[in-house]
Amino acid sequence: MDQAAIDLLNGLSAGLLLFMLGAGLTLIFSMMGVLNFAHAGFYMLGAYVGWSIACVAGFGPALVLAPLAVGVAGALFERTCLRRVHRHGHVAELLVTFGLSTLILELVQLVWGRAAVPFDPPHWLAGPAFTLVRAAEGGLSVVAGAAPATLCAHAACSPFPATRTFVMAVALAMLLALWLLLTRTRIGLVIQAALTHPRMVEALGHDVPRVFMLVFGAGCALAGLAGVIGGMTFVTEPAMAAAVGSILFVVVVVGGMGSLVGAFVASLLVGLLQTVPLTVDRSLADALGALGWPGAGEGMLGPLLRLTLAQVAPILPYLLLVLVLIVRPRGLFGTRDE
Amino acid sequence: MSEPRPASPGFRFRPWNLGRWLVWGTYALVLLGAPLAFTSSLAQTLISQAGIAIIVCLSYNLLLGEGGMLSFGHAVYSGLGGFVAIHVLNLASAGALHWPVSLIPLAGGLAGLFFATLLGFVTTRRAGTTFAMITLGIGELVWSMSLMLPEFFGGEGGVTGDRVVGKAVLGVTFGPQVQVSLLIGAWCWACTAAMFAFTRTPLGRLLNAVRDNPERVAFIGFSPQRVRWIAFMVAGFFAGVAGGLAALNFEIVTAEVVGAPRSGAFLLFTFLGGTSAFFGPIIGGVLMVLGTVVLSQLTKAWPLYLGLAFLVMVMAAPGGIASLVLANLRLAAHGRLRAFGRLYAALAASGAAALAGASAMIEMVYHLELNQALGPMMRFGGLALDASHAPAWVGAAALLAAGGILFEVARRRFRVRWDEAQVDIGRVLARREAA
Repeated sequence: MDQAAIDLLNGLSAGLLLFMLGAGLTLIFSMMGVLNFAHAGFYMLGAYVGWSIACVAGFGPALVLAPLAVGVAGALFERTCLRRVHRHGHVAELLVTFGLSTLILELVQLVWGRAAVPFDPPHWLAGPAFTLVRAAEGGLSVVAGAAPATLCAHAACSPFPATRTFVMAVALAMLLALWLLLTRTRIGLVIQAALTHPRMVEALGHDVPRVFMLVFGAGCALAGLAGVIGGMTFVTEPAMAAAVGSILFVVVVVGGMGSLVGAFVASLLVGLLQTVPLTVDRSLADALGALGWPGAGEGMLGPLLRLTLAQVAPILPYLLLVLVLIVRPRGLFGTRDE
Repeated sequence: MSEPRPASPGFRFRPWNLGRWLVWGTYALVLLGAPLAFTSSLAQTLISQAGIAIIVCLSYNLLLGEGGMLSFGHAVYSGLGGFVAIHVLNLASAGALHWPVSLIPLAGGLAGLFFATLLGFVTTRRAGTTFAMITLGIGELVWSMSLMLPEFFGGEGGVTGDRVVGKAVLGVTFGPQVQVSLLIGAWCWACTAAMFAFTRTPLGRLLNAVRDNPERVAFIGFSPQRVRWIAFMVAGFFAGVAGGLAALNFEIVTAEVVGAPRSGAFLLFTFLGGTSAFFGPIIGGVLMVLGTVVLSQLTKAWPLYLGLAFLVMVMAAPGGIASLVLANLRLAAHGRLRAFGRLYAALAASGAAALAGASAMIEMVYHLELNQALGPMMRFGGLALDASHAPAWVGAAALLAAGGILFEVARRRFRVRWDEAQVDIGRVLARREAA
């Protein structure tokens, strides 16, 4: 029970991290119609740049400077490459970002090597944020930080890492900031107007291509920020882009292309789906056996039915994708049909 | 899609279309003559893999070029075709199934068709960007499944087979590589012809219409989804054939054949070859083998070079190599190509200098990164470079800068002349039409 609560929180923090990526991707997509295939690449870049800065100047500056650097890189890419192929249509734009994603992977391996780098959380984020303590007689209490060993000797302790709490806090703060920026500031209003009526906005004297460049850079900066905290929480290695990239696209399709709310709900859903089933070590054959069909694990479909839920956890997001596409092809919160 | 081009106006004789016979005859001659003429083991490897790559790139282009469907999961169909093919081969070896080895690719094709029918139902419901992402998701789904079901996918070691089954038929056992290369050549020719024929059927034309204007296709009474689905099945079938041929060729199929890197390679090389002309993917297939087999032997930096080439190609010539070939043929047909000879020479010389400088620097970085134990000295195209000292870097950077500046100058002049020539040709064509 306590462990289940911790698992749920783990899933939520994974989902919120996904949302930090999905938000930038969705913003870029709904504005420019461009699916940024290299978004996960910028995430990885953020993690590596963040690690390099953290080695020199500490984690705090890294948290600010690395997203800025990644954002500038993204804006530069938009200015020099993406804008040039705009007239060739969306497929060409997607292909340019695809090419960029392979280049980023290669460059990262070139600069930082092929093995994982030791990107550890700073001392103020090391250890657990709080610990759920279930005493032997059944009472539940919450202890801030790590529970003393003497207490855990005769009670069940479930710690929750501080890094994950930090991920959730940063993601929620970013969500709030993004919402305020889009609805309460002048540039936010211009961005919103440029989403739906780019020509009118241009006629009113705003430089729409520049707004596009800003949005692209900002989306990449968000990915970079996610990279810094994601790289610190998980592993910083060249495979991290590919691991996150395909899940990210599941999030965007399931939520509905171009819908921020959809991206939020879908990220949480996928985050939970990725983590919670990992803890269930039961298979479909076990379930059928409990329902009175003991021979379910044998025969032609035996290998398929004997897979435990923990084993199939990596494919559950993709199954969700297929399911959503069959039932509701535009995605959960999508409004447009192609 | 442009009209079918006569190979050359002078070669059209009725009732035979001599130009077409010549082209397809030469193609067959190359495919079947090459394995017999070049017998070294490297040549045989390249030739047989090129045949397979050509089929798979052409099948990919049925989606991308003909149907406007950008798939990131095409390796699923070639890969699953390969797995089914090797299982059929093993059943045939065990005597449980009577299936001739020369038709093993057909088993792969049927498997590709089956899985494309099944999964295509989901993927082809959407077009454009969403289609691209769904294919990526399906690709990941199958890749993850391959790790979960070792009974079918053979786990880490893959599934092995033996292509020599039973007694020799007319002296053919498929033991020697040259016999397999000839088989691949024959399949490659047949598949190319079948896919070319498909693009000329009303269904193939409808597919082009779905690519260009799906709404209008829906208005004249066809379902764009269904047209995409059928095209997806056809592409899946031919991809499966290629997978089956690969299974016969390597006698082993591992899980990486369904993975995302493989799908990405199909996209990259089909695009480099050219998606706007039917023959583009043939160039792409040959490039794929040269890139992954030869270039990867020459340098560790080959993914970087390929990525850069791809990026430059998307920005400079989105039609791929095939479009460049066609554009220059058009110039030649109007007698304007000769004027570009010097400009092309200037572009090539300055480009080569810039490329040499850039690749010297890239190679030095890779050398420092990967071969530190060997010391700072390295060979680069006959030169000995010291990667740890400044002179090599300064020289390479100077070469890159000089070449780059000269290239930019030549490119601007080329651009002006090129645009002039295109306008002139457009005028000539308009006048001819008016007359």
